[in-house]
Amino acid sequence: MNEVLLRSLTPSVLGILVRRGADFAAAEDAVQDALVEAVRVWPADPPRDPKGWLITVAWHRFLDATRADSARRRREDLVDEEPAPGPASAVDDTLRLYFLCAHPSLTPSSAVALTLRAVGGLTTRQIARAYLVPEATMAQRISRAKRTVSGVRFDRPGDVATVLRVLYLVFNEGYSGDVDLAAEAIRLTRQLAAAVDHPEAAGLLALMLLHHARRAARTAPDGSLVPLAEQDRGRWDTASIAGGVEILRAALARDRLGEFQAQAAIAALHADAPTAGETDWAQIVEWYDELARLTDNPVVRLNRAVAVGEADGPRAGLAALAELDASLPRHTAVAAYLHERDGDPATAARLYAEAARKAPDLAERDHLTRQAARLNTRRCR
Amino acid sequence: MAKYLLLKHYRGAPAPVNDVPMDRWTPEEISAHMRYMRDFAARLEETGEFVDGQALAPEGTFVRYDGEGRPPVTDGPFAETKDLIAGWMVIDVDGYERAVELAGELSAAPGAGGKPIHEWLEVRPFLTASHTITE
Repeated sequence: MNEVLLRSLTPSVLGILVRRGADFAAAEDAVQDALVEAVRVWPADPPRDPKGWLITVAWHRFLDATRADSARRRREDLVDEEPAPGPASAVDDTLRLYFLCAHPSLTPSSAVALTLRAVGGLTTRQIARAYLVPEATMAQRISRAKRTVSGVRFDRPGDVATVLRVLYLVFNEGYSGDVDLAAEAIRLTRQLAAAVDHPEAAGLLALMLLHHARRAARTAPDGSLVPLAEQDRGRWDTASIAGGVEILRAALARDRLGEFQAQAAIAALHADAPTAGETDWAQIVEWYDELARLTDNPVVRLNRAVAVGEADGPRAGLAALAELDASLPRHTAVAAYLHERDGDPATAARLYAEAARKAPDLAERDHLTRQAARLNTRRCR
Repeated sequence: MAKYLLLKHYRGAPAPVNDVPMDRWTPEEISAHMRYMRDFAARLEETGEFVDGQALAPEGTFVRYDGEGRPPVTDGPFAETKDLIAGWMVIDVDGYERAVELAGELSAAPGAGGKPIHEWLEVRPFLTASHTITE
């Protein structure tokens, strides 16, 4: 049985239950139960109509659960009521669920967890393992999130940008566990991009595909990080790159530029270079300028300084860096790199060691320590 | 079974035998060290003795309550702090002897020149929940 296919039915099944009058929190629990049941029953006895099966089982679970509840009267009205398919389409249902799970009243971590469960169909245990927290903690986070959005009207569209931010977080903070969160983020973004007419949804999907394409080349066999310039480009996933580029082209043609499209354009320029030396840095700088006009995120200007260093030489890069706040994350690491390019290994080694002390994650700390070590040992031995 | 915390210090522990900071090692020596640490944790997972392992950033902040309706007071980081935790591993083992044996192995992780660091690790027993049968 294809579990991803099964999970892809989650949002439309949940949407139908909600439209039949089930409240969101109870409907969501019922759909989870139905998914678990499907995993158990389908291998031996696959249904002819998987979606219909899920709807029936989830609806019965919902009725059972409400029957055990105190508000008996209202429920029995629901039971008697013949469920109407309703005017809304499955696409609308899916879209509304994305909006609900990314509702601005939720904290980012709650929105991420709720999206993975209610839209992605993952179990609480899978989500907990992926984010390295106890299952009870994740269960609480999800049920609190459901309570927070319980009063939100389901029939109103939300802001696509909030949904995109949640999906970006899922992709970018993919940790570990048995679920590939990056792949899951791509699946959910693809589903969203198909349901909504929005060039930034396409832009985010393209960005994810272009970065995901480099995944195999990004880590050495010993687990250490391999920087972009040193990656074996033969190991990049060309199908994923081609897919990303095509989606990006179509989005850009619509002339409604946004942050994700601009970031994807930069990733596409990297993907386009047969070797690191052939990278079109001048065009990358232009895209960073474009990006800086769209957002005041200082990280963009930091990355721009790196690109300027490649396009116009390390001195120009250091000049661009000097205009930025030195307390920015990775500022020291960028300074180290530019000083090394400028032929000053002693300063670079000192800055790499300092950057390692400030590094936000282990892989980056190890990488920066190695850079310092490489320069120190080359000078001493 | 008993749980022990193996504490690694940035500062505060006696100096190790092979006392060379990591940014003075060769990149190969760093890789060998990382591999040793990873293999050690993997082996403890296999024996069913591993609970948790985490590393901490060197700089933190002191925080305290400052009274009703006020935001907490923050202070630091203090450059002169004598004791600075770098990270830990929590193990669940048969007893103190095994905890010491494992800490010794962890301390043998290779450093500069590929030789063991002989780093001092602190072994701290967890205070347990009370036992049902005490007589």
